[in-house]
Amino acid sequence: MAWFKKTRKPMASSTADKPSRVPEGLWVKCPDCAQLIYNKDLEKNLSVCPKCAHHFRISAAERLRALLDGAWTEHFADLSSNDPLRFTDTKPYRDRLRTTRKNTGVNDAVLIATGRLEGIEVVVAAMEYSFIGGSMGVVVGEKITRAIEIALDRNLPVIIVSCSGGARMMEGVLSLMQMAKVSAALARLDRARLPFISVLTDPTTGGVTASFAMLGDLNIAEPKALIGFAGPRVIEQTIRQKLPAGFQRSEFLIEHGMLDLVVDRRDMKAAIARALRFMRAEPAPVEQPLAAAAAATPDA
Amino acid sequence: MPPDTLEFEEPITVLLKEIEALSMLPQTPERQQSIDGLYRRIESIRGEIYASLTPWQRVLVARHPQRPTVLDYVERLFTEFTEISGDRRFADDHAIVAGFARYKDEPVLVVGHHKGSGDTKQKVYRNFGYARPEGYRKALRAMKLAEKFRRPVFAFIDTPAAYPGVESEERGISEAIAFNLREMAALDTPVVVIVHGEGGSGGALGIAIGDRILMHEFAIYSVIPPEGCAAILWRDSNRKVEAAEALKLTAPDLLGFGIIDEIVPEPTGGAHTNHELAAALLDTALERALALVSSMAPELRLDARYQKFRAMGNIGISEP
Repeated sequence: MAWFKKTRKPMASSTADKPSRVPEGLWVKCPDCAQLIYNKDLEKNLSVCPKCAHHFRISAAERLRALLDGAWTEHFADLSSNDPLRFTDTKPYRDRLRTTRKNTGVNDAVLIATGRLEGIEVVVAAMEYSFIGGSMGVVVGEKITRAIEIALDRNLPVIIVSCSGGARMMEGVLSLMQMAKVSAALARLDRARLPFISVLTDPTTGGVTASFAMLGDLNIAEPKALIGFAGPRVIEQTIRQKLPAGFQRSEFLIEHGMLDLVVDRRDMKAAIARALRFMRAEPAPVEQPLAAAAAATPDA
Repeated sequence: MPPDTLEFEEPITVLLKEIEALSMLPQTPERQQSIDGLYRRIESIRGEIYASLTPWQRVLVARHPQRPTVLDYVERLFTEFTEISGDRRFADDHAIVAGFARYKDEPVLVVGHHKGSGDTKQKVYRNFGYARPEGYRKALRAMKLAEKFRRPVFAFIDTPAAYPGVESEERGISEAIAFNLREMAALDTPVVVIVHGEGGSGGALGIAIGDRILMHEFAIYSVIPPEGCAAILWRDSNRKVEAAEALKLTAPDLLGFGIIDEIVPEPTGGAHTNHELAAALLDTALERALALVSSMAPELRLDARYQKFRAMGNIGISEP
């Protein structure tokens, strides 16, 4: 299958230099604690508020930067939607796609990359929320499926970082079927005993949650991320009352047994690396067990 | 009692009222003749209306309260149906039915959403077909049973959506659907899916992975209900008619997209007008589909199932 040899130029290319989702300007105000943060400091802190640990939403490229060791190879960046339904709402979907492509510099709502995470070779799919709410249409489904097939072909672990409002309405039932398509590929990955780490970030809802995001060998969420199937507004309409605070947040989900871990973005890479070493018998890290470290320390 | 007529069947409603009035009067041969004449008019008007239904009208037909349920079909086409209950984890969800039966004397497994037929009490019992996590888990448990004993599975699809409530989220509705998608993709037994009513988004898809996908002539299958789509895109749920149009949710649309394999014809006027005929029409399609998927070698069948879903949506991709 020739298509996954056709890789893109490494990371100096298109997506690497995209502006951060962090608002423009020198200083940023944290929406949670109102702390004023110097923009450069925030970026250095992986867009986590140094004071209250509020996680700002980040782009797919920033995500890759946060997870991978240096350069990566992007795949299938050229795939784009041809508007199969010829869908029009307040404006034609075709126009919406064109403007969004121009504004985001990417062709659809997911980036696929191969690279190394603490030295371990991995395939990563990172979703781009600024592209129509990170919604999953035919391109997202196909790219993630191909990512899984790369992993099957080269015997690699898969990491999918979700950040999505769910299936893309403008591609109708074709979007819905992407849930089935990606899940079928994950069935093959599962049977091949290859690791799949699902990372859930704010927000992960709808058809993305109800397919690959919940199928990880480990499901790891960032703190306070909105994670659910139905949107909070839909549920409020159903039950005709206000939802309790914290409902459908990471901490709610881990309490209800749906997540393995809630991990701060700044520790995410290390957490994934530990998991992959458990799953894959990778070489031991530099860190030593406490007992061994103590034994190695000469008495004062 | 004829089934309730829908808003766009007004000319039929008028004729039915005329018939009702005539039937009240003492019977004479002439009167009977005019009643028969009116019935023939109804049939021809119905034929005209149903030959060119709009997408929104199809939504109404697909949701008709007297549309046959999975159990209506089971009763007419299957024998020895034994319903089984529970997900062995939390509860039994009545919005999804599961059980084994015989079809053409062959042991098979049936799963399907059930919206509840008849009175409100029945509908409430079935939660209007809105399944909770337990429903999807029960369905998968039943299908694993079929796999173990190498029996084919028939999955009947008819749900507005998975239940959007607090307990659904608490008990992992997303995980339940996701897990079904993955496990059904690899379920090592023939699976025939019949979208016979409302294919409501992930709640439908959660038991709709198979080797052969049939869809009824007036059924719908959509990523979101037209009302919801209109509310999000235009902030106005009254624009549901336009939304139904835009979403391309009809059987002919889905056949064109390669998402379903075959359209099951319905009686003129929709399956709700004649359950017997609807069942007979399904029978023909079902028998053919089962023979087709049962004849495949298991390895090939699983690969074909993978490739089938693998290809879905690719018509919407441009790749330079």
